[in-house]
Parts: sequence; C-alpha cells; structure tokens
Amino acid sequence: MTALPDRFTDWFAARGWEVHPHQRAMLDRADDPATLLIAPTGGGKTLAGFLPSLVELENGHEGLHTLYVSPLKALAADIKRNLGTPVAEMGLPIRIEDRTGDTSATRKKRQRADPPHILLTTPESLALLTSYEDAPRMFAGLKRVIVDEIHALAESKRGDQLVLALARLQAMVPGLRRVGLSATVEDPSAIARLLARHPDPCEILLADPGPDPDIAMLETEEAPPWSGGGGVYAIPAVLTAVKQHKTTLIFHNTRAQAEIFFHNLWLANEDDLPIGIHHGSLDRGQRERVEAAMVAGQLRAIVCTGSLDLGIDWGDVDLVIQVGAPKNVKRLIQRIGRANHRYNAPSKARLVPANRFEIVECRAALDAAKAHDLDGEPRGPGPLDVLCQQILIRACAGPFDADDLFAEVRTAGPYATLSRAAFDDCLDFCATGGYALRAYDRWKRLMQRDGMWQLRDPRSAARIRQNIGTIIDTDTLKVRMRGRGGAPLGEVEEGFAASLTQGDTFLIGGHIVRYEGLRELTVEVTKNPGRKPKVAVFNGTKFATSTQLSQRILRMFQQDDWPELPRHTRDWLHLQRKVSRLPEPGSLLVETFPHDGRQHLCAYGFAGRNAQQTLGLLLTKRMEDAGLNPLGFVATDYATLIWGLDRVPDPAPLFDLTALEQGLDDWLAGNAVMKRTFRNAALIGGLIEKQLQGQRKTGRQATFSSDILYDTLLKYDPDHLMMRITRVEAMRGLVDFDRLREMTERVRGRIDHVALTRLTPLAAPLFLEVGRVPIAGQAQERLLADEAAALMAEAGLTA
Amino acid sequence: MTGYAFTFRGAALTALGSGALWWADEGLLCVSDLHLGKSGRAARRHGVQLPPYETRDTLSRLESAIDATGAAHVLCLGDSFDDLAAAEELDETDRLWLLRLQAGRRWTWIEGNHDPGPLDLGGAHVTELTLGPLVFRHIATAGGAGEVSGHYHPKAQISARGRHMSRPAFLVDSDRLILPAFGTYTGGLRTTDPALCGLMAPSAIAILTGPTPCAIPMPRPARRG
Repeated sequence: MTALPDRFTDWFAARGWEVHPHQRAMLDRADDPATLLIAPTGGGKTLAGFLPSLVELENGHEGLHTLYVSPLKALAADIKRNLGTPVAEMGLPIRIEDRTGDTSATRKKRQRADPPHILLTTPESLALLTSYEDAPRMFAGLKRVIVDEIHALAESKRGDQLVLALARLQAMVPGLRRVGLSATVEDPSAIARLLARHPDPCEILLADPGPDPDIAMLETEEAPPWSGGGGVYAIPAVLTAVKQHKTTLIFHNTRAQAEIFFHNLWLANEDDLPIGIHHGSLDRGQRERVEAAMVAGQLRAIVCTGSLDLGIDWGDVDLVIQVGAPKNVKRLIQRIGRANHRYNAPSKARLVPANRFEIVECRAALDAAKAHDLDGEPRGPGPLDVLCQQILIRACAGPFDADDLFAEVRTAGPYATLSRAAFDDCLDFCATGGYALRAYDRWKRLMQRDGMWQLRDPRSAARIRQNIGTIIDTDTLKVRMRGRGGAPLGEVEEGFAASLTQGDTFLIGGHIVRYEGLRELTVEVTKNPGRKPKVAVFNGTKFATSTQLSQRILRMFQQDDWPELPRHTRDWLHLQRKVSRLPEPGSLLVETFPHDGRQHLCAYGFAGRNAQQTLGLLLTKRMEDAGLNPLGFVATDYATLIWGLDRVPDPAPLFDLTALEQGLDDWLAGNAVMKRTFRNAALIGGLIEKQLQGQRKTGRQATFSSDILYDTLLKYDPDHLMMRITRVEAMRGLVDFDRLREMTERVRGRIDHVALTRLTPLAAPLFLEVGRVPIAGQAQERLLADEAAALMAEAGLTA
Repeated sequence: MTGYAFTFRGAALTALGSGALWWADEGLLCVSDLHLGKSGRAARRHGVQLPPYETRDTLSRLESAIDATGAAHVLCLGDSFDDLAAAEELDETDRLWLLRLQAGRRWTWIEGNHDPGPLDLGGAHVTELTLGPLVFRHIATAGGAGEVSGHYHPKAQISARGRHMSRPAFLVDSDRLILPAFGTYTGGLRTTDPALCGLMAPSAIAILTGPTPCAIPMPRPARRG
C-alpha cells in the first residue's frame, strides 16, 4: 500500500476530508499500465485520477509529467481552477496549464518549448501536438495520461482519434501509464478495451455508486400539449422549483428548444431570478460569462443542452430538470448525476415531458432508471477515415516507416484487429488519392524516399493541421449586433441564414433580434424586443431512443389502462385506441390519411430515429417507383411520416423486407443521408477540406459541393475507399439497418393498415418535427414547374 | 431533349436542361466553363486529390448534347480548361475523345480568364465571335448588346412549399445572355450576388436547368425596408 505523503494527509485532515476508498485504490495502482475508474459524478473522481500524479510530482520533475484529456474545453479550464487550490495550499512545485483551441498562439508556442508539469487538453489539441516534428522532445518526460469522461469520448470518433494519439505517445514514451475516468456505463469492459494499450490488461475499479437518485415527473398545473417539443407549458412549475432550490440545471435536447424555453422563462420570471443560458452555438465569451457566474454562485438556474452534460463541478446544483424525453436511460442517469456533487447525497431530478407521447417515454425511462437497467450500443471497429487522418498527422511529424506505423496503430484497442490490407488502402489513399484511375503520380501527397513515407510538399503540413479533428460542424455563420464593434452573439446555420429576409426576427442567446443583412459572412442583427420571433434552426444533437426504451413503451401500450399516467395522457391513448389502434410489439401499425392537401402515410416502427429515417428513404424510393409521387418524409424515434401527392391504397407490399433490402443498394446510391455521411468521411479522411471562415471567398463562384464528388465517385469509382467507408458508416450510424431488420423480424409480416379520413392523435406530434427530408423525384419537378409558372404570371412575364 | 425555347435579339434559341445553349437555325451548340482538368490543377497547386473523373464526365455529357442536337458547330465559351497547364496535361484518351467529337463539325474555343491563349488542340481559337445578331465572349462587358457569355457560373434558387431548390441557370435580359457552367466540378454564384444583379436588367429572367428547364424572374436580394 502506497503511503500518502504527510503534506497530503495533513491537507485532507485540515479540510476534514477523508480519502475515498477509490482514491486510495487508484494510488495503489499508480504503476499499472492502465486503470479504469467508474464513479458517479461528485465522487471525487477527478482527484482520484490526479492524486498519483500529485504525489509523484511532490519532489519535482523535469518537463511534462501528466497529460489530462477531456472532451470539453470548459472542463480543462475548470480542472485547472480546481486543481490549483490543493496544489497551492500544499505548496507543491507543480505548474498546471491548459491548451485547447482557445489558447493563444504565443502561449501554445511557449508550451511546446517549455511544457508545464500537468497539461490539460482535448483530443483534437493533443492530435495537433503529436503532428509537430518536435513532439518527441515535448513529451519526453511524460509518465501518465488521464482521460476524463472517457464514456463520452467512447460514443464518437473522438474516442478513436484519441486512442490513436495515445498509441503515438506510447511509441515516443513506452512507459506511459493510462488512467480512464468514466461515469456509470452498461459495459465497462468495452471502455477498458478502448483505454488500454492492446493487449495490456486494464483493471476496472468501481466506486460506490452512492444512494439511488430521487427522480420523478415534475408536477404541473397544465397538461403538456398534444405535440411540440418546448415544454413551455411547464414554466410556472419550473419557476416554482427553481425558487425552492439553490441552483437548478434545466436540460434540453436541442439548442432551439433551449432558446425558446429560456425566452419564455424570462417572460414569466416576475421575481427576476438570475437565470442564464448555455449551449454550443453561443458566443464563447457569453458562455464563459455564464460559467463564471455559475461558479460564483450568482445564478439560480441555467437553461442548457448537452454542452453541460459533462464536467464542471458545481457543488451547489441541487436540482436537475430534464425537459423533453431523455431518449436513453444511460444519459438520463448521467444528467441526473449533475445534481448534488456531494458524495453520498442522493441526486434530485425532475422530468418534464414536452408532449403527450413523451409522457409515456418519460414514464418508461423512470422505470428503467429505477431498475438500473442501462442501455447502449456496442462500439464498432475503428473507423478508417480517422485512420487516414492519423496517417496524415503522422506524416506531418516527419518521415515514417509503414510497418512501424501499422504495428503502432494496432496497439489502439479499436484497431487491434485492423488488417494490413485495410491499412495499406488507407496509406494509398493518403499518398495518391487511391483512385482506380492513377492520375496524380506527379502530385502525390505522400511519397516514399529511402523506404520512408513523407510529405511530397512539406508546406502541405499546415493544411493538414488545419483540418485535424473528427467533429464535423454544419456550416455556420457568426451573428453580431450591427454597427462598429457590434457584440458577437453566436452562430446560426448557413441554411437558416439563407432563409432570412430583412426584418425577420429570431432568438439567439435569449434575445429577439432582427435580421438586417449579411456582411462579409457575418449575420448582422439589431435588438428587437417584443416581436414574436422566428426560431434559429440549430442542428441540435438528435439521439435515437434506445431499443430497450422503445420496447418498454410498446409493452406499456399493451396495458388495458394506464393508472400510472396522468389523466390527459390516458385519455389520449384511449382516444388513439378508439379512432385507430395502438402500436403492438408483434405487428407494424400503418395509418394513412389526408391532411392539409396532401396524402400521408405513418408507420410506427419504434426502431429509433435513424432506422425510421432509413425506412422513410426506402419506402419513398419504392413509392417513387410505383408512381405514388412522394414529396418527403420525417422520422422520429417511433414513427416515419411520409407525405405525397397520391394516396397509398395498400401499403403492405411496400414493407416487404426482401424488397426493402434489395432496394437498399439502389437507394444507397443516391440519397441525402449517404451524401451527408460521405461528406463527413471525406472531411475526416482529408479528401476535402473544412471551409475555414476566414478563407472563404466572397462574391466568387462558391466551391462546388461534396455531393458532386460523391456522384462522380459513384459513377466512375464506386469501390473507392471513401465510398466503402461511407457505406459501412451509414449502415451502422445513420442507416441503422440492423434495427430495421430487428423490427421486421419482430412484426413477421403483420402489417396493420388503418385508413382514416383525418390525422390521428398519435400522428399529430410528427407534423411539428424538424429534419424533414425532401424527395427529389417527379413530384418535385411538378412543384417546381407550377411555382415557376405562378412566379412568371405574377411578374407579368409570359413563359 | 428537353429545353426552354426563347428569342434573344431575334435569334430563336433553346436553353437545354444540361446547361448547353442550342441555336437550331445555325446548328450551333454553345457550352461555357467546362473547367476540364480541375482535379489535376488542385493536386498540382494544393496537394488535394479530388476524384480525377470530372474531365471524362464533362466530355460524356458534352457528347450526349452533341448527339442529341446533331450540332454542326460547337462553341466553347471560355474557361474550357481549368488552366493552360491542365490543357497540356490532358490525358491521351481524353485528347482523342475531344478529337473524335470535333470530327465533321466546326469547333470554336473562346478564350477565358482561366485559359487565355491558344490551346494545342484542333478548332479555332478566338477571343470572341460574332454570328448574326449575337456576339460570343467569355465575360460580359459593360455596354454589351446581343452578348452571349459565361464566366459567372450563375445559379438561381426557387422556393416552393417551404422547399429551397437551387439550380445552375441561364440569365436572359434584352441585351445579355449568361450561360451556366457546364463542367462537372463547377460551383455556382447566386443571382442575388451584386455582380449579377448589377449586370442584368430588372426584367431579366433565370432559366433553371434540370430535367425540365423552366423560367422564373431572376431572383434578387430583398429590398431594404
């Protein structure tokens, strides 16, 4: 057992603290190559991770000792503050600095020449650090790496990129020890495999999970609306709850919903309670002010999104309110953990379903949470687009040997089973573009000299570095107040900006602003209180409701009555049962009805958003072939709604799985989801470059879209690496065909078709969903011709 | 062959869905901004390796347009190559393909800003060409009349029932006709851009390309209110 040095025991004692058993356990395993700690939020997890470093650094160290990686920049900054206190109070000779995308260039340069003892950073900044030629010098003294909130990183390609960077570090400093800190997850061993160098062992430490949380639905005076996602009806009850607690976090699933809610909350906030808003599209300065006010205890509540899912330790948060269905039990548990960071005190959380359907979903989630029944999807093998980027990053750092790099990559858990052929494909793609037509032999990106691979043109390193990262943002434009030095407010999506005309109003950062015009790619606005706003369309993260939660809901529908649900929801379900029927686990309910001049078809597959989306794509393709003129569709976690010009008299044949599966290949060819997936892979793999705001040309022909590249490859080189990656990704991510197959196996061909004259209670919420997918078929040509004729007539021109 | 027929300066013209212009009385097929060799230039200049198939795709679409019209005269309105080096680097297969397309018909290359100067390829190389009431040049000029040009890669957006559709477009007013870009890797400039709004008269129309070409009043930015 490692004894804690005196000044540590004294410091703990002076604060009246005891070393938690898991903190002690981490200290005991300080020399292990890899350790994963699973602990609830507020369990002193971060200190448990750092304690061995602080002890080792007690007597000084030359250069960088510990690297801390977290998914959030804000977390790095917060840890710096929190770690600073014990270090200062114990008088430890330790320099702690953070390094993120927000760190100034001069400071970054100095950090490379003279690194601190503890460097706090993000996966992207770390990847960038490893791309410099002087990386081995900077990391020479490195002993430990701590990956915080590793469960969050594991959910995306950021996790794959991070472990490739760790493999790179380990090649430079073989003795590097790895520590992972994670919230409660359904499969800890999967996280351990991600963290550890393959095939090193990785012990998993489970901290005491603490008492069960106190969770329930928020009691509201008014019933939730029939449809919609705002939760605005609950504002009086939310304000009451805020008043009764010290600090409340009010989580929303999307930024747009957070904005609307925040706006309405302030309209009702007669006591002027200090309430802030925090989400990823807000200007950095504004976010930092909110974070600082929160830390200082100046705010009673924050309306927020996933941007506050992680990290920042706010001990005073004593209530979490989740507005909208949580979609996933694991995420709900983690969000609940944001309340009450004191160990061994139960977290308190209240759920606010945004509409009637969500009441059912929230109920199912509560039951699952109480049963400790967590959900999750298994991680797939390491994605090849991330590997391509890693090869380019490696090339930036200097010449390399392909065998060495292959061996190094295979030490990263997700790539442990990577074949040499797949690696060579990626290398060839990075070097030549990897086309069947060998076109760029003179202009290769990488070339071999004396057996070592290197950049043909060293100047291209700068471009590669600018494109490091696996987070693909939609193109956004900055929003500023008009006038010289107007205050920056945040960002909106380019597509939304394009839809604005002068005088339009929208919400951003809680202000209603008036669109004045575009000026050098910045949206200029003026303040315009009092008008009803159009809402800024943020592309909020959309999670698919987990299989397990969907199953629970279907089972609930089978009950004769629902005494556990509020009156209005019971009535609603009974009404649906009366006018149509309720979806069942053993069949597929399909409703058809006319509405608003169009014909609609609604299929309740309960397969999750992505699979329902795929179902929409496949069905509309078949409908197009059958001359049924579909115009578009929208998918939610439980249903797909299709609209078109013609009625579908007999939908059953449309749902034949074999036919759907055959259609998959044709369909994979030319749809928007594939193009979006391709764009992501092409950006990460380095085929195309991010359009950096500053470099974008104005007033010139814009660069052509990645869609054209996709179409061209499909026609001339369909087996190109990027196309293969796109198909794999789409099948497991956006396409999620597995869950569709699961659904068809569950219903075994039983289609319950109900033809109606008007929309049904259960279909109503679908009409307010965003994310409608248009179908570019015959119906679109018809619409376009009609609209053109109307415009010409209006302008008095003859066609 | 789908097209939108209109009269410009007394000439009966057809805007084809492919983005090519057909003048039946002259047997003339006009295409603009082919930008052949764009991916090669990107690799040479920036080390970016775009799929190297845009030249064959552009040529095959050009061939279809020639076959469909039986054109006696093909006129390329400038920026036919992404730069002069791209013309020199033209793959042997593609060079022979071009020769085959040129056989048995008149072929005119108009110079563009990307490809100023003669090309080592068959056909006539000129800075501009006057045919009857029309003058063909790459970039529209200030006082131009009866002028057919390209260069801007115009595209127009139309919204119908909440859906935005953006297509490469021909722009036509009483004095000018601007062609969309025909090349595969060519982006577009919105008609709302000051450069195009300034050039085109208020009465200008935009003819949207696509399966069924159709005309709309040229979209302009909303007026300041």
